Amino acid sequence: MTRVRRGAGGTSPPTEKTQDPPAGGGPRTGRLQRIRADRVLLLLAVPGLLYFLVFHYGALSGNVLAFQDYIPFLGVSGSEWVGLSHFERMFGDPAFWNAVKNTLIIAALQLVFFFPAPLALALLLHSIVGDTLRRFVQSVVYLPHFLSWVIVIALFQQMLGGAGVVNGWLSDLGAGQISIIGNPDAYGPLVVAQLIWKECGWATIIFLAALSQVDEQQYEAAALDGAGWGRRLWHVTLPAIRPVIVLLLVLRLGEFLSIGFEQFFLQRQSVGPETGEVLETFVYFTGFAGGDFGYAAAVGLFKGVIGVVLIYTANKVAHRLGEQGVYKA
Amino acid sequence: MSASAPAWMGRPGPAVRAAKAVALTVVVALVIFPLWTVLATSLASPQNVIENGGWVIWPEEFSFGAYAEILQGGIITRALLVSAGITLVGTALSLTCTIGLAYTLSRPQVYGGKPMLLLVLFTFLFPPGMVPLFLVVQSAGLVDQYAALILPFLVNVFNLVVMRGFFQSIPQELLDAARMDGAGELAILRKVVLPLSKAVIAVIGLFYAVAYWNRFFEAIIYFNDQTKWPIGTVLRQYVTGGASLAETSGELATASPQSVQMAVVMLATLPIVCVYPFLQRYFAKGVLTGALKA
Repeated sequence: MTRVRRGAGGTSPPTEKTQDPPAGGGPRTGRLQRIRADRVLLLLAVPGLLYFLVFHYGALSGNVLAFQDYIPFLGVSGSEWVGLSHFERMFGDPAFWNAVKNTLIIAALQLVFFFPAPLALALLLHSIVGDTLRRFVQSVVYLPHFLSWVIVIALFQQMLGGAGVVNGWLSDLGAGQISIIGNPDAYGPLVVAQLIWKECGWATIIFLAALSQVDEQQYEAAALDGAGWGRRLWHVTLPAIRPVIVLLLVLRLGEFLSIGFEQFFLQRQSVGPETGEVLETFVYFTGFAGGDFGYAAAVGLFKGVIGVVLIYTANKVAHRLGEQGVYKA
Repeated sequence: MSASAPAWMGRPGPAVRAAKAVALTVVVALVIFPLWTVLATSLASPQNVIENGGWVIWPEEFSFGAYAEILQGGIITRALLVSAGITLVGTALSLTCTIGLAYTLSRPQVYGGKPMLLLVLFTFLFPPGMVPLFLVVQSAGLVDQYAALILPFLVNVFNLVVMRGFFQSIPQELLDAARMDGAGELAILRKVVLPLSKAVIAVIGLFYAVAYWNRFFEAIIYFNDQTKWPIGTVLRQYVTGGASLAETSGELATASPQSVQMAVVMLATLPIVCVYPFLQRYFAKGVLTGALKA
């Protein structure tokens, strides 16, 4: 079926509209006509599409490295194929399993401690009655989202490091020193605290949007029935935004392994690979620092594939729950 | 304040209000205080910093020595210029490509619209790995080129989806009216769509600019030439990589090493803090919340 755009930029003479090719005109002329009619729009899309083709699909095909004994000098075409041997090596590599373990530990800590934090902060923000005050607090808590991980980690060192502000206070009080930065035992809580500091405020946005949708009449009715703020929270607010909470939780589970890279890349050395190595830093240090590109690509591909399966499953679950998934594909 | 509060909200008891005030103060202080000590330390005189054990909360003696030290044309001045250039060029290119693709994908029934959209959305699911992406950058001849910090991140899928959603929300009648007047697609985009989209363009532009300004890791793997490093990469070297500025820039007579480090942190933070208030008002306009829910 051919469709003629109304006066498509004056590119086609008006007579063409009446002489629309008959149904038997063949799909080829129809397609050419449509491309011609949409040519400005299609040209507008070219730079963006080119980017995705080169840097996403081109890179995707670079995953063949995972099946090669890649030698940079020989390139992809000249390197030897080794089948699944990188994957066999991976499954028997204690350093890989250590990275998996650390990734899972940090992912679990993030889920338990980071996930509820924005909800709590959003409830607090939502309860501020004055508009000016609320906007001020919102501006402040959104700000860290825009700072880079390098800055965030520099700030944490300044505050919590051995010669930092908090230890300065403690020694002024004559109390003992705390060892947080560079202490492997404190690494998990530290990285989660950093994540909360940086992203908690920004993550409130979606909860605040949900909170603003709650039907005010329900509060009114609850208040008339004598419900205090605690009971209104429990019986009105939370049930009303439950779909959003569930959806976000499901999607977060889909990205369970995506704990971030830069934050861990920057701090791995301070605690050593035993505690500090996660899957993505493992890929970096094996590939770029160790020169073992094929093996690093195999580990990266392995993580990528698990990630796709998780995200896909999470979206299916989200749809099953009657919510619209983020990835509409 | 109580007058503007709906009656049903009632007035919580003093205990609840006090708890709320404390909680809010703590939250705000936790964000502001670290930044404040960085600023204060960067502005304190060397003696002041040394006497206080490496940091200050309120400088007793002000000194711009640290800023003078790093802005006199050394590696950090250069890195700031590199970052500024990449941010400006990158944001302009990213916005152009994002607007073009988003507008095309927002037109209903454009030829090939559905496959194009799927092609783009699939990349959300499977981001390119670090090693394969490096291969592409390398074979494109971008090693040691500033373009390596721009082109691999030209279009962000999330930003694209937000922009497309906004374009779709523009009433179709407006576009039809312009089309009746004989305007081509390009003219419609320029004269009808873009003027209506200032808020979303400002927000997405901020996202791109911040991402470019903050990028540091890629320079480590794509650049052999360290003099081309942007500020984030240099900052990492000095602040979290353990390297000391004093070793590289010789005698630091006018400023303590701590002040210099904190001045670098400040300079990397400052552009964001400066631009932020201007764009903050757009966040409230529901540009984002609508998009995030989509």
